[in-house]
Amino acid sequence: MYVSPVREPLISGEKSYEKVTRDIYSPMAGQPGKLWYAGLTLAIIALMFGLFSIFVTVWDGIGTWGLNRTIGWGWGITNFVWWVGIGHAGTFISAILLLFRQKWRTSINRSAEAMTIFAVMCAGLFPLIHMGRLPLAFFIFPYPNTRDVWVNFNSPLLWDVFAISTYFLVSLLFWYMGLIPDIGTIRDRLVPGIKKKIYAFLSFGWTGSARHWARHESMSLILAGLAAPLVLSVHTIVSFDFATSVIPGWHTTIFPPYFVSGAIFSGFAMVLTLMIITRKALHLEDYITKNHVESMNKIIITTGSIVGIAYITELFMAWYSGVIYEKFAFWNRAFGPYWWAYWIMMTCNVITPQLFWFKKIRRSLTITFIISIFVNIGMWFERFVIIVTSLHRDFLPSSWSMYKPTWVEVGIYVGTFGLFFTMFFLFIRFFPVIAIAEVKSVLKSSAEKFVKKK
Amino acid sequence: MKQKTYVSGYFNDDKDLIVAIKKLQEKEVVIADVRTPFPVHGLDTVLKLRRSRLPKAGFVAGSIGLIAGFGFQAWVFTEGWPLNFGGKPFMSIPSFIPVTFEVTVLFAALALVFGFLLGSGLGPGAPTEIFDEEVSNDRFQILLTANATKKESSQQLLKEVGALGVKIHEPKS
Repeated sequence: MYVSPVREPLISGEKSYEKVTRDIYSPMAGQPGKLWYAGLTLAIIALMFGLFSIFVTVWDGIGTWGLNRTIGWGWGITNFVWWVGIGHAGTFISAILLLFRQKWRTSINRSAEAMTIFAVMCAGLFPLIHMGRLPLAFFIFPYPNTRDVWVNFNSPLLWDVFAISTYFLVSLLFWYMGLIPDIGTIRDRLVPGIKKKIYAFLSFGWTGSARHWARHESMSLILAGLAAPLVLSVHTIVSFDFATSVIPGWHTTIFPPYFVSGAIFSGFAMVLTLMIITRKALHLEDYITKNHVESMNKIIITTGSIVGIAYITELFMAWYSGVIYEKFAFWNRAFGPYWWAYWIMMTCNVITPQLFWFKKIRRSLTITFIISIFVNIGMWFERFVIIVTSLHRDFLPSSWSMYKPTWVEVGIYVGTFGLFFTMFFLFIRFFPVIAIAEVKSVLKSSAEKFVKKK
Repeated sequence: MKQKTYVSGYFNDDKDLIVAIKKLQEKEVVIADVRTPFPVHGLDTVLKLRRSRLPKAGFVAGSIGLIAGFGFQAWVFTEGWPLNFGGKPFMSIPSFIPVTFEVTVLFAALALVFGFLLGSGLGPGAPTEIFDEEVSNDRFQILLTANATKKESSQQLLKEVGALGVKIHEPKS
């Protein structure tokens, strides 16, 4: 392929195929560093605290949460939507960017997809806990039972069950199928022993045969074609949880596209937050370059601006509709008792990402890191604002109420961070964080200097 | 698994590999397998590999998912457990769409993945013969089957087209 001289290479430094293998394998070889152990320990402590908080919730009941009759959804659902949203970046990168033949995705798709899976695991926990009786959670699936009843297929909450479980399964399969060749590469680098046997088992007997590659390519392309509408459907259905209700502030047709772009927006922010640290820690600066950061920042500003327009459209429609309840709901969001949450959301989602219009800022790792954290916070507050501020002023002023989370709810949220990072630390230790085979396949056209082996 | 005797040779570059395969094909040599560290562009056409049937399998499974998903919901709401929601129709097609879509995608994806694994003989702990561990690193390998009489000539053939490290792999007994 012709590479124009102004376009910078995707992979910097002098690279041969062998060097790529070595660079990506080296963080997995040898003993893990002190930082890794420290990080993993911290994550496991957080996870334990989360499990304890879940135990308290199940043992003592939902009364341990700050919810009340008026505000039935609080941190639990906020966190659910937030985590699902974060997952969307991984699928966007691996599926939609694959369909658009974006070569820069090869350096980041593996870790972003891993994040998708871990984030969806965290997300899935919240509805399960929210239903109260964890051991009976399987009731949500339609299965022949002695009560002779079926689930309610008219309910968006049930659509969610199907959407999230399909999304989780398909992402997991897509991710693992992509990993097989690279696990094969790792297997062949190891000295004979128990570790090699485990990787041989996990590599599914991969040989690199041309027939297998041809099938693998064909499968990946169609899976990407399936995953692309799937990822859009997931957050669409999540938004239906709200949009199909009659609560002012929830009952809007703008929700599906607005939620989907918000999800991709927050997902990319999380990918940036993690990758900026990971590339440094694992010495992968040659593979995840400033160009990758800049490309992701461009997606952030695009989706962020869509979200910003959605906020303003909502305000306009509330006024233009002439419905007093709608008008009140949005006036109350911005200037009611939860005004601070609304303005945190506005600042972090609409104002700070606009700094990415400047090329210097797009390419600055420090500023990108800070803004990405702002986006993470802003998108969490978006869900909080939608859920809590819409609920706390009921149609009946006598039911008006306020909401504050208890330590149990905070504990579960902290616990999901624990789960996410425990998985992430194990992932970067035991699996290649960059798709080795995919990087090699674009190496000739995209490396700064491709070194041919003599 | 029946093991055969193979003769292997490798190349350091995908372009050299393609050139060598074409040369071998001109001599009407049957190539048992080609192994590469990454999918080499155009290799499937050079080797005249049969087009994968996975897309069809995915389509068929997706169609089954579509019919099963929609049909099941329709049955539940008209026959199995009809629920009256404020007098709305039992058979409400729009609200069946999301679940139908998800089931379609799920069926198609499962068929693709399992079709790929079964078709390629891959799976957890599947037995495998790796003749050169550097293939998953940076070597592009050609494998020829060889019986006792053809061993020498196959070696010669591979050397002629520029293969490096030509080797005979006897079956492990």
